Amino acid sequence: MSSKHVTSFKGITGWIDQRLPIFTLMQNEYGSFPTPRNFNYLWNFGAISLFMLLLMIGSGVVLAMHYTADTHLSFNSVERLMRDVNYGWLLRYMHMNGASMFFLAVYIHLFRGMYYGSYKEPRELLWILGVLILFLMIATAFMGYVLPWGQMSFWAATVITNLMSAIPLVGDPIVTWLWGGFSVDNPTLTRFYALHYLLPFVIFGVVFLHIAALHVCGSNNPLGIEPKSEKDTLPFHPYYTMKDTFGLCVFLMLYAVFIFWMPNALGHPDNSIPANPMMTPPHIVPEWYFLPFYAILRSFTIDIGIPFTHIVLISSKLGGVILMVTSIAVGFVLPWLDTSPVRSARFRPLYRIFFWVFVADSILLGYLGSQPPEGIYVIISQIAMAYYFAHFFLVIPLLSKYEKPLPVPKSIHEAIGSGA
Amino acid sequence: MSHSSNPSLAKPGQEPDPDRRDFIFIAAGAMGAVGTAVTLWPFIASLGPAADTLALSTTEVDLGKVEPGQAITVMWRGKPVFIRNRTPEDIQAAQAIDKDAGQFNGLRDPETDETRVKQSAFGDKKMPNWLIMVGVCTHLGCIPMGQKATDMKGDFNGWFCPCHGSNYDTAGRIRKGPAPKNLAIPAYTFLTETQIRIG
Ligand code: HEM
Ligand code: FES
Repeated sequence: MSSKHVTSFKGITGWIDQRLPIFTLMQNEYGSFPTPRNFNYLWNFGAISLFMLLLMIGSGVVLAMHYTADTHLSFNSVERLMRDVNYGWLLRYMHMNGASMFFLAVYIHLFRGMYYGSYKEPRELLWILGVLILFLMIATAFMGYVLPWGQMSFWAATVITNLMSAIPLVGDPIVTWLWGGFSVDNPTLTRFYALHYLLPFVIFGVVFLHIAALHVCGSNNPLGIEPKSEKDTLPFHPYYTMKDTFGLCVFLMLYAVFIFWMPNALGHPDNSIPANPMMTPPHIVPEWYFLPFYAILRSFTIDIGIPFTHIVLISSKLGGVILMVTSIAVGFVLPWLDTSPVRSARFRPLYRIFFWVFVADSILLGYLGSQPPEGIYVIISQIAMAYYFAHFFLVIPLLSKYEKPLPVPKSIHEAIGSGA
Repeated sequence: MSHSSNPSLAKPGQEPDPDRRDFIFIAAGAMGAVGTAVTLWPFIASLGPAADTLALSTTEVDLGKVEPGQAITVMWRGKPVFIRNRTPEDIQAAQAIDKDAGQFNGLRDPETDETRVKQSAFGDKKMPNWLIMVGVCTHLGCIPMGQKATDMKGDFNGWFCPCHGSNYDTAGRIRKGPAPKNLAIPAYTFLTETQIRIG
């Protein structure tokens, strides 16, 4: 062997590591990996998200062993899981509420990145991979929700796939192709199941790249300045392995409250009614984690066309779809919209305020997404939607130009008065 | 692509012919692309409607028991089809719009009542009372209400979609709300005066 790598491990571990340096890799990336010493608890949510992904895969694989993807059998196979399979109820409630907790963790993780400017140079690609993960998660959760084949499953699938019909000219053939027929039916269910099984592993792959990119440039931190010396960092283990474990335990307690005391609080009762293609429920609402996007989708209510003719360039349906996709895809360009050299909102007095206004706006959109699209709700949705985009395309670029940041500390250890 | 990257192929003292190289390279690449596309096609096509799905594409319905003013819903291709035996008032209300408003005014998807029911005929006999439509809202695919006597029928006494509030008139034309098109008319034929085949 002409390997230049000489392992520092002994015994069997050393024998393996000499031939396949996985232990050295783990040691470098998760053991001695120098990590800024000033993380706050918001830095727990990356590790929590990864844990949730693995938990979703674990619970999903076992659910899959009891689940049948067939329009005549799916609903009952899930009911059997709930009533007859040993601990089936627990596995299902873990998976159902796990999806919610996974999104909760990822949303906190993402807003953390926005507050502390983690998307800025040199972490743009890291951030972009994160936005990609969010898209994949949305697709996965949407298709998973269809599997139990309740009323909400069926109608969510119908309404969302119908969005594609907004595409000019090829819209209808695309929808027929997506369905594998002329309505959401068995072919749709079986392909959603196949993809629901596949996509989490794709997510896992992208998460791997996300973490690999992180380990090239290192973590950001609440001050948003790069560590300059050893005084600014701590080895990942034991400091952050412990802090992450503690945060994870607290998070899991909240998760357990949902699983054991209010397992259906986040779900919709209509999904306990078997799917009925002949009857639409009076109110179609998506899961909470999709509500802001749903509100944006519905906020576009006019057709844009050539005046005084019947030619419609962008129908309200198409407009809504474009807005909804853009509301997430805007993340891809965020690193270039925000050109302020200062990362952390701690030193950006105005950005800090607008950040919280944006958070409030997102929550407001979530509330509006749960309300019927009538009367005053429509108008408020439109204002909230307009502000959502204004935040990215107006507020952020203008602040980058005109905001006067506070002086940034020279180093992490100086700022926190330790390690000196 | 530069030929100098592989000088070993040129005979000593002779420059390789760059045009020939590029040609071979492009031809090979094009073959590869065509091959990939051809191989990919079955994967994509397999997701479209299968033969058995297409075979279920016709449904026969007996209309004998549907009195004027009544409506029935039947399943066709996994979707509801609305069949309404319209009263003379329903038809008048629909036709009034054709005339009153002129063909293009007030209608988002302009169609006369006559075109909506042109397939409702047996031999020479026209039967505009039979309005037969796919009962799927053209907005995002919910099922509008208005089939049952007790249902809400919306502002135009036809159908009302509860999802986002589309109102359809007695010819199934979109009159108010977000839906872009009139309720679709499937292909159907009258086999007898009271028997139809949809699809
Ligand atoms: C990114 C990770 C995942 C997310 C966000 C996710 C999300 C969901 C959601 C929201 C449901 C509907 C729960 C319900 O209302 O009953 C569901 C169901 C299901 N998922 Fe997943 N899932 C993930 C990973 C997986 C994996 C990896 C598998 C299989 C290996 C899987 C298998 C299933 C099965 C069989 C069901 C139907 C049973 C049921 O509805 O409880 N999931 N998933
Ligand atoms: S689906 Fe009927 S109004 Fe939206």
